[in-house]
Amino acid sequence: MKAVRRYMPVIAAAAAVVLVQMALSAADTTFYMTQIIMSAYYALVVIGLCLLMGYAGQASLGHAGFLAIGGYTSAVLTTCNLLPYTQTWWMSWCRKLHLLLERRDLYDAQIISFSPWLAFVLALLLAGLIALLIGLPVLRLKGHYLAMATLGFGLIIHRLVLGSPMFGQADGISNVPPFELGGGLQVNGRAPFRIENYYIAWAAVLGAMVLSINLVNSRVGRALRCIHQSEEAAQSLGVNTHRYKLCTFILSAVFAAAGGALLTHYNGFIGPGEAEVMKSVRYLVIVAVGGMANLWGAMLMAIVLNFLLLRGVFGTFDDAVFGVILVLIMLFAPEGLLRMPDWRVLWARARGRAHA
Amino acid sequence: MPEALLETRRLCRSFGGLQAVRDVSLKVQRGAIKGVIGPNGAGKTTLFNLIAGTIAPHAGQVLFRGRDITGFAPFAIAAMGIARTFQTTRLFGHMTVLENVMAGRHTRTRSGFIAGMLQLPAIHREEQQSRQRALDVLEDLGLVAHAGEVASNLSFGRQRLAEFARALATEPTLLLLDEPAAGLNIHETEALAKIILKIRDRGITCLVVEHDMSLVMNISDEILVLDQGQTLAEGPPRQIQRDPDVIRIYLGDEPCSAS
Repeated sequence: MKAVRRYMPVIAAAAAVVLVQMALSAADTTFYMTQIIMSAYYALVVIGLCLLMGYAGQASLGHAGFLAIGGYTSAVLTTCNLLPYTQTWWMSWCRKLHLLLERRDLYDAQIISFSPWLAFVLALLLAGLIALLIGLPVLRLKGHYLAMATLGFGLIIHRLVLGSPMFGQADGISNVPPFELGGGLQVNGRAPFRIENYYIAWAAVLGAMVLSINLVNSRVGRALRCIHQSEEAAQSLGVNTHRYKLCTFILSAVFAAAGGALLTHYNGFIGPGEAEVMKSVRYLVIVAVGGMANLWGAMLMAIVLNFLLLRGVFGTFDDAVFGVILVLIMLFAPEGLLRMPDWRVLWARARGRAHA
Repeated sequence: MPEALLETRRLCRSFGGLQAVRDVSLKVQRGAIKGVIGPNGAGKTTLFNLIAGTIAPHAGQVLFRGRDITGFAPFAIAAMGIARTFQTTRLFGHMTVLENVMAGRHTRTRSGFIAGMLQLPAIHREEQQSRQRALDVLEDLGLVAHAGEVASNLSFGRQRLAEFARALATEPTLLLLDEPAAGLNIHETEALAKIILKIRDRGITCLVVEHDMSLVMNISDEILVLDQGQTLAEGPPRQIQRDPDVIRIYLGDEPCSAS
């Protein structure tokens, strides 16, 4: 019963997803799905950032960096050509474990690279590891100082991908292969795979939502909210505040890397634009617009705003638009645009009326 | 004499040129209520924070159950069974009273990030247990009717009580109370005294740092008087009340002596 109540919004959201798909298919406008799918992968970053900012109360201006780490790791590992190494012992070992992907490029030349699954797992692990190394010193900082330190991290990642030939410099990495998930499903940006990918993207988002909702409603979620409100009081109850902040930072980095990796396979491409600091600012704005400690608000805003942006509604002024939105939100709705009603409160009220 | 539950040995801490606490040694016996009093600026709060781990001493030791806990982080000290309240209450204002008290169960529960995200079955049992324990504590302090209220909406006196409940939910061996009577009227202070005695009767040792004499005199088994960072007197309340040095610092020097 309790589980049904908790997952009610998830079920409602899933129903809405199906309705939108049917409407788009009926109107023969499935091309909108492309932007919805990309928005969904950006939403993964936003959901993680919402846990970090809204619940644990720690700002980050470096999450585009984690998305880029996920995307570039996947891209590099699935596009590198291992042909010269076919005779080595580790290649035969990888082959035995099905960790390799063989395909032919545009010119029908053979390419052997790592499989997307292996790349995906390594991307998440790498993002988590980097988050750990960055977070250990940086999360001792508070407020503006933490925001600035994470901003510095974002700048470093941006400059690294822009400067390294390994990451394609300004050209980025293209010809990233589709991601075969198994069961006949694949993350693939070509038109015939549109509806399939629409559901894959939403499965990822709603899966992340379920994990996040469970987390914030658990002992850990309570401890995070305590840290947000008073670190000193949280410590006095035995909460290891630094460790909890660090774990949340790592978790949000892993979410961002997952979004980046899936987005890269979907687009078949990743460029240095994904690592730009303005992208980090954008994610932060979306969390603020969604209402900080409001996972549903953040997720919905991530979809809506990114969709409008990718459709080109804001033209070339997209960063300016996000700046204006941030100023307006801070002035007029610091609690966020969507104050979603608390389900528990509504339920209690409805039940109370039934008893009376 | 049995080993003291809490002991400080020649604790020192200065801020810039000011020696806030100088060579303070104290012992708190298991099951006792120990009061620490002194005029403003005597170093009471500094001593309290040294024990609670909020600040580290420059010299000296803090021992709990005979174990050296000097320099431990506050969360580690809390995990050892030392709970505290704050001079100005630090409830989690956006959470309900029940959630605040359940947060006090943190050290008595285990589930981490993975278990939380996946809602493993063990979590339900643990949450149920936490909720029940929290409700028990609230019942005990007469706050159960306010369990569902948002903490910041409570009256000042009830907020203090809720903070007590939160500290008790950690099932502490030692409870540190930082000026619990601050801002309370006489009736509320009397009620508070009863609660502290009740807590002691449950076997929880209490250390009460208090500016106000009356509360401490009524409930303490032993009192330590601080003045200018140093121990001025130590003993049972009766003896402290008659101590000429204590009378001097609280009432001032004899009116005609020096001018």
